[in-house]
Amino acid sequence: MNKIKRLWKRITGFYLFFPLVCLAIVLVVNLVRTPDFFKISMNNGVLYGYVIDILNRASELIILAVGMTLVVAASGGTDISVGAVSAVAGAVCIYSLIGGASGDVYRIPYVAAIILGILAGALCGVFNGFLVAKLHIQPMVATLILFTAGRGIAQVLTQGFILYVRKESFKYLGNFLPGIPIPTPIFIATIVVLLTVLLVKKTALGLYIQSVGVNRNAARLVGLNSSLIIFLAYVFSGFCAGVAGMIITSRVYSIDANNAGLNIELDAILAVAIGGNSLGGGKFSLAGSVIGAITIQALTTSLYAMKVTADQLPVYKAVVVIIIVAIQSPVVKRWMKNIGHKISANVNGKKVAA
Amino acid sequence: MNEKKVLLTMRHINKTFPGVKALSDVNITLRAGEIHALMGENGAGKSTLIKVLTGVEEMDSGEIYMDGINHPIINRSPQEAQAIGISTVYQEINLCPNLSVAENIFIGREPKKFGRIDWKTMNKKAAELLNNLNINIDVTKPLSDYSIAIQQMVAIARAVDISSKVLILDEPTSSLDEQEVEKLFFVMRRLKESGIGIIFVTHFLEQVYKISDRITVLRNGCLVGEYETEKLPSVDLVELMIGKEIEDLAKLSKEESKDEDDSKKEIVINARGLGHTGTINPFDLKIHKGEVIGLSGLLGSGRSEVARVIYGADKPDQGELYFKEKKLQINTPLDAMKAGMAYLPENRKDEGIFEDLSVRDNIIIALQAKQGIFKVIGRKEQEDLADKIIELLQIKTSGKDMPIRQLSGGNQQKVILGRWLLTNPDFLILDEPTRGIDVGTKTEIQKLVLKFAEEGKTILFISSEIDEMLRVCNKISVLKDRKMVSELKGDQLTQSHIMKAIAGGDTGDE
Repeated sequence: MNKIKRLWKRITGFYLFFPLVCLAIVLVVNLVRTPDFFKISMNNGVLYGYVIDILNRASELIILAVGMTLVVAASGGTDISVGAVSAVAGAVCIYSLIGGASGDVYRIPYVAAIILGILAGALCGVFNGFLVAKLHIQPMVATLILFTAGRGIAQVLTQGFILYVRKESFKYLGNFLPGIPIPTPIFIATIVVLLTVLLVKKTALGLYIQSVGVNRNAARLVGLNSSLIIFLAYVFSGFCAGVAGMIITSRVYSIDANNAGLNIELDAILAVAIGGNSLGGGKFSLAGSVIGAITIQALTTSLYAMKVTADQLPVYKAVVVIIIVAIQSPVVKRWMKNIGHKISANVNGKKVAA
Repeated sequence: MNEKKVLLTMRHINKTFPGVKALSDVNITLRAGEIHALMGENGAGKSTLIKVLTGVEEMDSGEIYMDGINHPIINRSPQEAQAIGISTVYQEINLCPNLSVAENIFIGREPKKFGRIDWKTMNKKAAELLNNLNINIDVTKPLSDYSIAIQQMVAIARAVDISSKVLILDEPTSSLDEQEVEKLFFVMRRLKESGIGIIFVTHFLEQVYKISDRITVLRNGCLVGEYETEKLPSVDLVELMIGKEIEDLAKLSKEESKDEDDSKKEIVINARGLGHTGTINPFDLKIHKGEVIGLSGLLGSGRSEVARVIYGADKPDQGELYFKEKKLQINTPLDAMKAGMAYLPENRKDEGIFEDLSVRDNIIIALQAKQGIFKVIGRKEQEDLADKIIELLQIKTSGKDMPIRQLSGGNQQKVILGRWLLTNPDFLILDEPTRGIDVGTKTEIQKLVLKFAEEGKTILFISSEIDEMLRVCNKISVLKDRKMVSELKGDQLTQSHIMKAIAGGDTGDE
């Protein structure tokens, strides 16, 4: 009896329990509706299947969600500029590569262009970080500047055109490397997540970020440079947006300043929230955010698989998101706790009766 | 006096907070036209009793009777309390500073004419109300134009006008100067004559004797007794408030302070003209190794600000600081930490604890910050350190991975103390380390302070409780109006000397 109670408590108390439940629900619904959902097949030397597709498509979101997690944790605010920043990064990359017109002649090495693109993202992060950490501007307002101006900057670089890179090797980053059956974005996302985990766990940065996020004043008094830590979180988020921008442009071997990464910042914030992280800052879980990002993409992909059209998608997505957020709300969590008590009480009662 | 009508009785009130019994079996009786002082040290249960009465907190058990209502009442919110005639005016004034005085008095119940606010009547009524209390001010000006004292009286006028049977004044005088206190007392006497019963919560003994008719003393959540003010000498009152158990501790510190010889000891802190514009005027302060030096003064006198400037929490903008005879340039708290300082801030919740983080994180954070971002304290070592501190300071927690917010105030304070011990400081600044914690832990912390001093650590101790300062300090510097006004030591360390220095500030060396 007590064992059941304790087990229930341990399961529901596990910090990834609710995010995992949400993901499981989405997957199970899929399995019922689309029986071959988990089927993976080889086709032309690469892997195909819904699961691969979800992981592939979720890569940008995972990368952005990781950066967003640190921003949320350190500053208790969100970086709503990441979608626009990834467009800026993509524009910088392609512009430096081929200039102002579509073509197939590289002006500088491909790797250099990617580094420039990612640096552009980080630079946007520096701007955001300066506004939030040094000038103490509300994160939402500070990042709103690049949210609107970012696409303008990208437009200036592309002069309003959609620039195409007509070279096979440019597609590697967003699709497949020759001879490797797993999509490249999955590798990139994995590397970014691993690097971030190392950064957060192998240095004291994780503890510093949590401390600053929970109580900025107290953090200062125990010797932490609160402003610097918040600043770095925004720079890191910009860096992540830069990396995501590289994947986004490579997928479609072009930059469309108006549509690259459009609305993805909202999904990134949602991923952090679905991952069980408080948007008020403080304690955070990278694993939760990654699961959150996968859940969102799983939802999108499965809705497509159920023949929902792109223009109807937001409605269905909204319904599911409401359910997911409701499951994680404090009220429902309390219900779950009570259910645990009742289960053990029932078992107890039966034992007494017996 | 006894034949006066009883307005309010609270019987057998019990209230438990997690880990602390805040009130056990407390009674209080308030009569009409009486000023009833509620006395006790911090953490004695005064504010809890008030909160239970006004519906801010729910009591576990007990009964409250109010004159004119023939059944026990339970207030679930301050609004309900107000509806039956109980109003409260808190130390921090809960009014709207940018509305006019009249609006503040009548907000939510404005006189109306044809469905619109009748400004003329409202202003006239407000002026009349205040006139009755002998306050003549322009009621159309914003409240923030007036001093805290006037604001407080506006709050009282509002409270009395809404419901006028029982008025609770929770530490109303702590931010007032002497003349303002006189004015407030005048108002209180007026209200008393009109038959209102006033519960007066304060720390200031003289004020109690000046104005109150009766005193109820609480200690450690228990009722000590109810006394007529005239028949209770102040020495007895202090004894009732503090209790006897602290006396041997007082002796302990007194004996030690005898064998002091300043000139031979190393000077740890030497501040010359140190100051921070706007918070503390330039001051000189010398602290010798192994000393416990106290800073005393009223709220807002600058005692915390002295500590903040030395630690670099507020970056000093004038003067020099020598730490162990070396000049120290402090830009951030980290500089002070690296030199060997530690700082326990006054406001535990806002500046001390990291609420959501574990006890373990809270313990190691300062050490980790001091070591820098790349020299990570491993998980195993963290746990050992946390265990060591929990053991050393006898911290009561159900585990070192518990969020610190689940601990009682006293244990949270011990965690912060432990956090600093890990950094092995030579100089500890403790700002109100025992505020709002239970008496047992309080005594423990005081004993720890004395122990640290014995081990050669130097301590700057700030407390608003004078008897606590007398127990632990070798010397006391007194502040008034952001200036250091006098230093007391040896035989001067008595309650009356300190009180005099705080009140007058002109002990000759101004």
